[in-house]
Amino acid sequence: MNPAQSGDRLRLAGLRSSLAGPFDLSVEAGECIAISGASGSGKSLFLRMIADLDPAQGQAWLDGRPRAGFPAPEWRRQVVYNAAEPGWWSDQVADHFSAVAAAFARGAAPRIGLAPELLDAQVARLSTGERQRLGLLRALALDSPVLLLDEPTGALDEDSTARVEAVLRERLEAGVAIVMVTHSPAQAERLGRRRFRMQDGGLVAA
Amino acid sequence: MTPILLTWPDIAIAASLIVLDGVLSLALRLTLHRQLVWAATRMVVQLVLIGFVLRAVFALGSPLATLGVVLVMTAIAGREVAARPQHRLGRLGNYAVGAGAVSLATFLTLMLALTTAIRPSPWYDPRYAIPLAGIVLGNVMNGASLALDSLLGGVVRERAAIEAQLALGATFLQAMRGPIRESVRRALLPLINQMSAAGIITLPGIMTGQILAGMDPMEAAKYQILLMFLLAGGSGLGSVIVVYLAARRLTDDRQRLRLDRLTARGKGPVR
Repeated sequence: MNPAQSGDRLRLAGLRSSLAGPFDLSVEAGECIAISGASGSGKSLFLRMIADLDPAQGQAWLDGRPRAGFPAPEWRRQVVYNAAEPGWWSDQVADHFSAVAAAFARGAAPRIGLAPELLDAQVARLSTGERQRLGLLRALALDSPVLLLDEPTGALDEDSTARVEAVLRERLEAGVAIVMVTHSPAQAERLGRRRFRMQDGGLVAA
Repeated sequence: MTPILLTWPDIAIAASLIVLDGVLSLALRLTLHRQLVWAATRMVVQLVLIGFVLRAVFALGSPLATLGVVLVMTAIAGREVAARPQHRLGRLGNYAVGAGAVSLATFLTLMLALTTAIRPSPWYDPRYAIPLAGIVLGNVMNGASLALDSLLGGVVRERAAIEAQLALGATFLQAMRGPIRESVRRALLPLINQMSAAGIITLPGIMTGQILAGMDPMEAAKYQILLMFLLAGGSGLGSVIVVYLAARRLTDDRQRLRLDRLTARGKGPVR
């Protein structure tokens, strides 16, 4: 990722489904877009449409390359959607991390207030906040140019939230583009270069 | 040794046991007597009818008639597989995957049996082909319906886990590994139980039948062993095929999880 790279990292044109949109949005490298709005207004749907997890019409580009040119799994590895409640497909936390991802997560865990030993724990024993942060580490480990974060600190206390934001700020400085859903106006203020409100399935500048 | 042929009066005496069950139901207020009489009547009528049909088909010895009977049996088995699960794939998907899996698995297993171990001449001799098809179909049906029910329930329950993997760049089949493995496992367990218990806890039906019909117990045992292998193969094939056919209908060209193609029985779309 080259921070000096100019132009749009992520671009959306007429992205829409029967439930939300159309959305037109350009996000530069190193830019964070903060989206707020009532529950059920379509914020998560929007992020899922960008990640190509839900069917949608319209166009999306990553660094000028059209989405249709990427095999879907490759697109999702570059444009990573991180759900508000991370999903787990095994009883052991370790099973959710590749060797590379685990090495990254062990190093980064203390920075967001997690003990590295949690990577050897059972998922069922984790607190909601621990799950949320481990889910985020799993996504950050991919080192993707775009992050779609759905309430990444929704279950965290003030201190942990500040730590997570510091890590995200580093990613932004490295040129990552972030589209973030947050219920916290203060967080939107701190991280979002541009802020929007989701209303009736459409984005309104806030 | 010739089998002891039964007369209708023999059977009438045995029917008195159903009357005994009926009396029990009345005495203990089980309110089962109606169902009991109905089920017993159905059983008698169905078996007598199939006796006549098979007698006619055996006498014909025609490959077309044999194929016709096997096709009807397959269609009914496919329908059963489709009807069992709590969830339905859109556009009659359950029927398509049920019929596809049952017919393919049965066909492959039956071909193996009729061309290698049991080689009747001609190979389509209805006396061998139809009973074999029946027993293989029954087991493929059990395996495939367990697998399909487990898979469709599994993807709804495990949606967050599947989509988490997709979101991290997994292919659809990678993300489905858990539910697929679980479904095939569940489908194969009854057969493993059946094989483990064979001969100790139960004397399997085929072996019992052949011993009653006068066959040497060792020969009957060999037949049963062959059949168990066929049934194990048929169930394995049937459940794997049904699971992959169903999985294909749960995704699209962008490898998404399309739960919108699934409806819960008597409710609406899953999402």
